[in-house]
Amino acid sequence: MRIRIKAKKKMGTFSMALNADISGDRIGIFGDSGSGKSTIVNLVSGLLQPDNGEIFLDEKCLFSSQQGINLSPEQRRIAIVFQQAMLFPHLSVKSNLLYGYKRCRAEHRHIKPDALIDLLQLMPLLERGVNRLSGGEKQRVALGRAVLANPRLLLMDEPLSALDDTLRFQIIPYLRSVSEEFNIPYLFISHSITEMQLMTDQILVMNNGEVLEETTPEQLARNRMAHSQNGYLNFLRLADPVDQNGLFSYRWGKNHLLLSTGNISGESLFELSSREIILFKKHPEAISARNLLECTVAELFSSDGRVGVVLSAQGKKMVAEIVRAAADELTITTGSTLFAAIKASSFRRLN
Amino acid sequence: MNLTPEDITAIWLSLQVALTATVISLPLGFATAWLLVFKTLKGKVILEVLVNLPLTLPPVVIGYFLLLLLGKNGWLGKVLDEAGIQLIFTWKAAVIASAVVGFPLLVRSIRLGMESIERQLLDASRSLGASWYDSLLTIILPLSLRGIFSGSSLMFARSLGEFGATIIVAGNMPGKTQTIPLAIYDYTSSPSSTAMALSLCFVSVVISVAVLLLHEMLDKQLDRSTAS
Repeated sequence: MRIRIKAKKKMGTFSMALNADISGDRIGIFGDSGSGKSTIVNLVSGLLQPDNGEIFLDEKCLFSSQQGINLSPEQRRIAIVFQQAMLFPHLSVKSNLLYGYKRCRAEHRHIKPDALIDLLQLMPLLERGVNRLSGGEKQRVALGRAVLANPRLLLMDEPLSALDDTLRFQIIPYLRSVSEEFNIPYLFISHSITEMQLMTDQILVMNNGEVLEETTPEQLARNRMAHSQNGYLNFLRLADPVDQNGLFSYRWGKNHLLLSTGNISGESLFELSSREIILFKKHPEAISARNLLECTVAELFSSDGRVGVVLSAQGKKMVAEIVRAAADELTITTGSTLFAAIKASSFRRLN
Repeated sequence: MNLTPEDITAIWLSLQVALTATVISLPLGFATAWLLVFKTLKGKVILEVLVNLPLTLPPVVIGYFLLLLLGKNGWLGKVLDEAGIQLIFTWKAAVIASAVVGFPLLVRSIRLGMESIERQLLDASRSLGASWYDSLLTIILPLSLRGIFSGSSLMFARSLGEFGATIIVAGNMPGKTQTIPLAIYDYTSSPSSTAMALSLCFVSVVISVAVLLLHEMLDKQLDRSTAS
C-alpha cells in the first residue's frame, strides 16, 4: 500500500500542512495529543475535507482540489476502528458485525463472517447487546465490524488507549492476526512507542500538524529511550517453560532465562526495560540476579546523554541503557565482550 | 358521568385532531431537529427562533396569523380557495393550529434525543459504507426514538389542550369543530352545566394519564431492548 498526502487544513487556530508519501502494509502515525494524528484519519477516510491538496491511496485519487475529486466516505472503502469502539448501541453484536458487510458490494466480499468470527472468538457473543460486553470484547467486535466491511485500508485510531494494560496486550495479537490473515493494510495511530513497536513497520512522526519525520519503530524507540518512562523496551516472545526451583526457565535462542512470571502452557510476550539490565566488564563473583548472559556488543547508540548498548547473546539481541560515564568507564566498544545481569523479576508478562 | 352526543363527538374530534397534528408534524419535526443538530447552516439562529416562536407567542396571536394566512383573502388561502380547498372553520384548521402550537415541543424533544448521539457513531457508519441517508435511517432514527416518543406524547397532549389558536381558525361549532377544551369553555359559561364540564374534565384527565402511561411503557421497552 502507498499513501500520498499533500494537503492543508485549517480548523480554528489549528492548521495542518501535510506532505507525506509512505509505503507499507503496517504504517504507524505517532505523535503527542493535539499533533494532528486523528485529523489524518478524518482526512484519509473522507470524514473531513482538506482545504486544498490531494490524497492518493495506491493509484486511486481520494481527493484532489485541482481535479475537483472528493470521494465520499462510503466510496473510499476505508474502515475505522475508533478509540472507544463506537459500536451501535441499538444493534446486537451480530448486527454490528454485519453492518459494513451488508453494505459492501458482492465483488468485494472476500472476507466471510464465519472465518472472522472464529478468528476473533466472537461466536458466544453474537446474540448479545453491545452494552453487555467488556471493554476488550467491544474492541474485538469493533475490529471485526471494520474488517467485515472488506476495506482496502483499515484505520486504527488509538484503538488500545481506552483499555488497561492487560486488555491492551490481549487485543494486540488479534489486531495483528486479522491484518495478516486477511491481508489488510492498516494505518495505526497511537502516542505509545510500545504499540508502535508491536504493531508497525514504518512510522510518520507528527508534531504540530506537520510530519516531523519518517522512521522505523526501532529507530523511534532508540531516539526516545532517554525520555521514555521505562527506557527502551525489549520484547521477548517466549514459550513452554520448565519449572526450576519455583521460577520459569525459558529458552531464548541458545540461552536460558529464569523468570519469576510465566505461563506453563503456550507462548507469552514479555517486556524487559533497558534500565533493568546491569553490565559487567568481567564475570561477577556472586550476584543475586538469576540471569547472567555473556554477550558481545553489536552496536552502540546515543539518546540524549544515555548510551544504548545493543547486546548479542547467542544470536539473540537486546538493548541495555547506561549513562555516558558508565560507558566511558567500562570502555565499551562494538565487538567487546560484556556480562549482562537481569533479575528474574525484571521481566513483565504482557499476555 | 354525564356525556351528551355532542360531548362524545368533541372527544373523538379532539383525539382525531391531536393524532393527525402529531402524525403530520413528525416528519417535519424530525427533519428540523436533524438540521439543527447535525448540519452547519447559515442563518441557523433564524431557524431556531422561527421553530421556537410558537412557544412564546400567545396562542391567540398564532391563531390570528393563521387566519390571516389561510383566510379567503390570505396569501395561502387564496391559492387554496382556487384549488377548491377550504380550511378555515373546519376540523383541518384545528389540526393546523395544534400542529403549529405543538411543533416546538416536538422538535425540542427529538433534538435532545439527537444531541445525545455520539458523532463518531455516524462517522463509523459512514466509514462502513453507509451513505448519509442510510446513516440517518439506520443510526440517527433508531437512536432518536426516545426523543421521538416523548416529543410525540408532549405534542399530542398539547394538541388535546389547544384552545386559543383553534377557536380563532376553526371556530367553536358543536359536532363540527368543537374539541374538548372548547366544549368545556361552553359549559363554563352556564352555571347549570358544571356536571357536564366536570365530566369532560375527567375524560381529559383519563386521556392525558393514558398518554403518559403509554410514553412510560415505550420508554421502558426501549430501555429493555438496548440492555439485552
